[in-house]
Amino acid sequence: MASSKQSTTYGRGLRGLATATVASIGLALALVFFYAPLDADQGFVQKIFYIHVPLATVSLCGFVFGGVLAIGYLRTGEKRWDLRSYVAIHMALIFGVGGLITGSIWAKASWGHWWVWNEPTLVSFLIVLLLFATYQPLRFAIEDPERQARYASVFAVVAGAFVPLNFIAVRLAQQYVHPRVLTLGGGNLPGSMRLTFSIALVGIALLYVTLWKYEMAAKNARMQIRALRRALLGDDAVSPLRRSAAPS
Amino acid sequence: MRTVATIVRKDLLLELRTLETVPTMGLFAIATFVIFHFGFNRPSIQGQLAAGVLTVTLLFAGMLGVNRLFVAEREQGGFDGFLLAPVDRTAMFVAKAASLLVFLIVLEVIAVPAFALLLLQPSVGRSLPGLVAVLALADVALAVIGTLVSAIAVQTRARDLIGPLLGLPLLIPALLATARAAGPLLAVHGSSAPPGKWMAILALYDLVFALLAYALFDYLLED
Repeated sequence: MASSKQSTTYGRGLRGLATATVASIGLALALVFFYAPLDADQGFVQKIFYIHVPLATVSLCGFVFGGVLAIGYLRTGEKRWDLRSYVAIHMALIFGVGGLITGSIWAKASWGHWWVWNEPTLVSFLIVLLLFATYQPLRFAIEDPERQARYASVFAVVAGAFVPLNFIAVRLAQQYVHPRVLTLGGGNLPGSMRLTFSIALVGIALLYVTLWKYEMAAKNARMQIRALRRALLGDDAVSPLRRSAAPS
Repeated sequence: MRTVATIVRKDLLLELRTLETVPTMGLFAIATFVIFHFGFNRPSIQGQLAAGVLTVTLLFAGMLGVNRLFVAEREQGGFDGFLLAPVDRTAMFVAKAASLLVFLIVLEVIAVPAFALLLLQPSVGRSLPGLVAVLALADVALAVIGTLVSAIAVQTRARDLIGPLLGLPLLIPALLATARAAGPLLAVHGSSAPPGKWMAILALYDLVFALLAYALFDYLLED
């Protein structure tokens, strides 16, 4: 059966991936607290940087990833691409809210305000999050599943392309406040900090991939159980699907 | 191309006969200027503040037009008729964007003089060519993104809510560039030429979204 093969694919390697995630995040935390030096200006508060920046970066990459997967749906018309894109954007939204909250805490601690408007990265991130926050209401507002998948994919592609454009526009509109840590020249981060940051970034990225795969496996298993119940017990044994923002 | 012209002519004729959308947009804009006047509690405004008020008002008034854009097609079966006709589907996008563009230009012909009359302190005459250029680029962005968003929203329940919800975040960079480009033009001793950087960003934004919408619009029609 094609569907059973699919779910084993999503489940495969999940254990190894989860172990690698725990190990790299554990290592990153150990480095953050015991290895990376205290920041000269900001002191201990600066350590939130090792969680905030990876969360935000991974979330943005997740949005673009969701857009790329949505292209897959538009090209093939196969439902699994829509499911992949949905889960990618769903996870990225959760990471994004995390990034926004940690960023806000950092802003309060180091600049004295919860929200700073002359900070282009923060502002453009908020705009991207506002846009993707409409993804679920949009899906929920379309009842026909096939149309829901198609329209959500169009939205995901447009919004994925919007992410870099928005960053360019907002960044040009404001002067720099944020320390530029990921410039092409390698930034102004000392080596020990950069190592810690890289490992934290890898850890969070692995966390994203693990959660994505886990969610895919779970959703696939649920669909498969539904199909099996219907096949074995007849249509009455399966409760009708409720209207949902998630592909079903 | 003939298909596009036909649909545009149909839309404009419909608007001329019913006078449903454009007068509403114009009245909405003027009412908003009056509200801004009382909200700010000052007789006149200039510079960046004036640019912001003008941009936001035009954006919201434009949203009214965006919400109405596909309603007739959806309710009167225009989509079905169009899909049955042996024509290129992208023509629908180009035609609808062109109609919306015309609506927006008419809106601005009403709203900008009203704005100059009611709120603006410096005379608009000297910087008018620059302002027209900025608004033209902004109109293209609003027309392109508005058409795309409207085509998505019209098929949803609660379409009047989904339209602005999707459209406003997508338009924020264009709004930002428009307001920044118009700011110096509306200042008391401002320049008469809009800043090139913002014009370039607006143009780039127009181009990217026009291409994206052109490529993706087919998927919103197929059924």
